Amino acid sequence: MKFGVVMFPGSNCDHDTFHVLRDIIGRDTVFLWHKNHDLQDVDVVVLPGGFSYGDYLRSGAIARFSPLMQEVRAFAKNGGHVLGICNGFQILLELGLLPGAMLRNKNLKFLCQFVHIRIENDRTDFTRAGKKGQILKIPIAHFDGNYYAPNEVINDIRGNGQVVFRYCDADGRLTDEANVNGSMDSIAGLMSAKGNVMGLMPHPERASEALLGSEDGQIIFRSLIEAIENKGRKSRCP
Amino acid sequence: MKVRILVSFKDSVLDPQGQTVRNALHTLGYRFIKEARQGKVFELELDKISEEEARKLVPEIAHKVLANPIIEKYTWQIIQDD
Repeated sequence: MKFGVVMFPGSNCDHDTFHVLRDIIGRDTVFLWHKNHDLQDVDVVVLPGGFSYGDYLRSGAIARFSPLMQEVRAFAKNGGHVLGICNGFQILLELGLLPGAMLRNKNLKFLCQFVHIRIENDRTDFTRAGKKGQILKIPIAHFDGNYYAPNEVINDIRGNGQVVFRYCDADGRLTDEANVNGSMDSIAGLMSAKGNVMGLMPHPERASEALLGSEDGQIIFRSLIEAIENKGRKSRCP
Repeated sequence: MKVRILVSFKDSVLDPQGQTVRNALHTLGYRFIKEARQGKVFELELDKISEEEARKLVPEIAHKVLANPIIEKYTWQIIQDD
């Protein structure tokens, strides 16, 4: 299978993500330039972290108009797998592939630190290599990660099993302190109703090598491989 | 023609930056400030477009690009005629 990592002007986790997918996870990986229309037959599109277009206007607001993103939108509509990490998550929200929006972190600070997140749904193509309730240690690095959606949307995504990860403490408890950016319902990762698009604020590519303090991020990439290479080991959500 | 678009958070959305501004003003003694909301201002200079078209297209632009309708609202006005 093949991963594609999209490069926007201002992306800065593109090479880290590429490195992990090709060298650690060991799958074909290509870069996809945002001005092209060619998705190069990839199985998974990854929108990496960074500051596409300098976060001008709103985080992710300009990147969604890139030529390649029109292809990504069509790819997702056809059931293709799309993973948005940090700024990639923000782009997916702006694009409307995922519901809701990001507000500035509750403490108005740029947060760059390890956090714990809990797998809320393991019957997804992004978490099937993990277990429900499993706690992952993965770093965040963002200014606008305070997830917001109207209450009726929150109710829908909860009911549909679309909440994939929540911020928690080291013991898996959902507390105000653990919800560092103030996200509604402690949401750290969210997928589409069809389950083929997911965004999360933490950076799994920064937690995929023991040398860097955690390998927990690999679960997400390995889940995608399981989902695509051995289709249907676990039935998908909800 | 020049138009000005004011984008701000919906009333239902918390505005921590506005709250911080209010708190700073309180610290300075301006205790009468009950609430502060922060927003963005855009000024667009339009060329070769009638007022009628502008009244149709400016809201479209504001809705599609300048504001995120999930969290933000906008108002706009013509600030300079041709």
